[in-house]
Amino acid sequence: MSEIPQRQAYGIALADYGDLNEAVVVLDADVSSSTLTKFFADRHPARFFNMGVTEASMVNVGVGLALGGKIPFVNTFAALLTLRACEQIRTCVAYAHTNVKLVGGYAGLSDYKDGPTHFATNDIALMRAMPNMVVLAPADNREAARMVQVIAEYPGPVYMRISRAVVPDVFDDSLTVEIGKGITLRDGGDVTIVGCGSMVGRCLRAADRLAQEGIDARVLSMASIKPLDEELVVQAAQETGALVTAEDHTILGGLGSAVVEALAEHHPAPVEFVGLKDTFAETGPDTETLMDAWGLSIADLVAAAKRAIQRKA
Amino acid sequence: MHDHSESLIKELQGVARQIRLDVLDMVYRRQAGHPGGSFSCAEILAALYFHHLKIDPARPDWPERDRFLLSKGHAAAALYSVLAQRGFFPLEDLERWGHLGAHLQGHPDRVKTPGVEMSSGFLGHGLSIAVGLALAQRLGGPRYHIYALMSDGDMQSGVAWEGAMAAAKFRASEVTVIMDYNDVQLDGAAHDIMPLEPLIDKWRAFGFAVIPINGHNVRQILEALDEALEIHSMPTVILARTTKGKGVSFMENSAKWHGAVPSAAEYEQAKAELKGYPA
Repeated sequence: MSEIPQRQAYGIALADYGDLNEAVVVLDADVSSSTLTKFFADRHPARFFNMGVTEASMVNVGVGLALGGKIPFVNTFAALLTLRACEQIRTCVAYAHTNVKLVGGYAGLSDYKDGPTHFATNDIALMRAMPNMVVLAPADNREAARMVQVIAEYPGPVYMRISRAVVPDVFDDSLTVEIGKGITLRDGGDVTIVGCGSMVGRCLRAADRLAQEGIDARVLSMASIKPLDEELVVQAAQETGALVTAEDHTILGGLGSAVVEALAEHHPAPVEFVGLKDTFAETGPDTETLMDAWGLSIADLVAAAKRAIQRKA
Repeated sequence: MHDHSESLIKELQGVARQIRLDVLDMVYRRQAGHPGGSFSCAEILAALYFHHLKIDPARPDWPERDRFLLSKGHAAAALYSVLAQRGFFPLEDLERWGHLGAHLQGHPDRVKTPGVEMSSGFLGHGLSIAVGLALAQRLGGPRYHIYALMSDGDMQSGVAWEGAMAAAKFRASEVTVIMDYNDVQLDGAAHDIMPLEPLIDKWRAFGFAVIPINGHNVRQILEALDEALEIHSMPTVILARTTKGKGVSFMENSAKWHGAVPSAAEYEQAKAELKGYPA
């Protein structure tokens, strides 16, 4: 386990990258102490704008900053950002193709104590449906931190979700981050588990358990949900014949949907979905317990892998 | 305060007349569009694009240019006319408004059309985008002024007032809102559909300097635009009282002409009236 929450790793990386790139400006909607953009605010006060609870307007102010040549990182809780400002994101960011970086904190069920109003469980689906939008869900702290520079240097709209929680480390220092590229974390020939965000660590542990039962699972980390690394997914389908997708998000329109859309076109294969089954979930005692209770446990991943293998032709 | 000559006023009235004639032709040819709200802002657009704005049609991306945001994007035809008249793209392009493959979209598209600063169409966005542009230029680089043309429909949306709060917080004196206040919207009179009054009080309470004018009086428009540049402590709104459908007797103050297309006879009558307006 990493020592610090993913939001803290993001906040530190954003403040550090602000030292290197004067064009980066940061906006937050009264939750900078939660998203931890306050680190950037403390170090670069002239380039930080607290917009209060005006999410829709905040996205537009970000659009104006982008039109003025800056690289705005627009932050708030993922659910507020993608729901309250959905139209602004559609019209003024995606359609107008403005260079705005949208970063949604408290992704998935990670705001366990605040409950379903605060959960972001359809943000990936909403942002995937926006033309021109890149959609990212980094798996661990190192990947989240390295994404900051990658998305700042990418010319166009980006949405990235960040967990409130501590997430397991899955990468070492050799990690190279690239939009549109998935990463094979573990090779295997019997089944492939494709995960994103805070589910990737669980995918690796599920693969360990499957190995104990003699099942050889491949694990792909798909921080880049859009564009999706279709080549890597199709290759996995060809070589392992069955897949599981894993996301702390509804199974309607998220990573699982992206994977099966690619496979349906290029190489149909049995796929089992691990994610929220069209439900709001509930408040819980902590993120890990909540994820376990709502179908995102390691046991759920193991069971899904076995079902997928059984469905092989 | 500049002294604006009679000849300049006449010239700008001529530009406004051409905007209305172009809009009429464009809406009639395409059998679609929004004549009422395009006619109400004709003098405002003429004054901005043919006198006030610091712009260069040969360099639409000139970093020091003033920024104009058409928040009321349904007046696209009027914006296209003034941009074409000013030379941002050929006048002939107006004939292909809405055609497949043409750069002129139903509502303004910044990616496709030279001179269009921001895509618009859904109401309410211009003010907060203007605030972002103001903040951007404060961090260094070229200086410019930012104009947002807002309608009564714009000001019924929550995001517009969020933008007003932000403009006040940052004392965005680089921003001038021009409100094309024609009091008519798609379904009827704005004061019936969702009243905005007391509007001067509202803008003042939100931290704006307010300059009320007659939005069809070119001299008043020019003087208000100059006056706004002299206000350095807060953003300004030029509250321009206008008439929806201005210049065509049967279109004036009528919600029917928000988004309607004239018949052949109506087209001929409108054309004749516009050619003679103002007398």
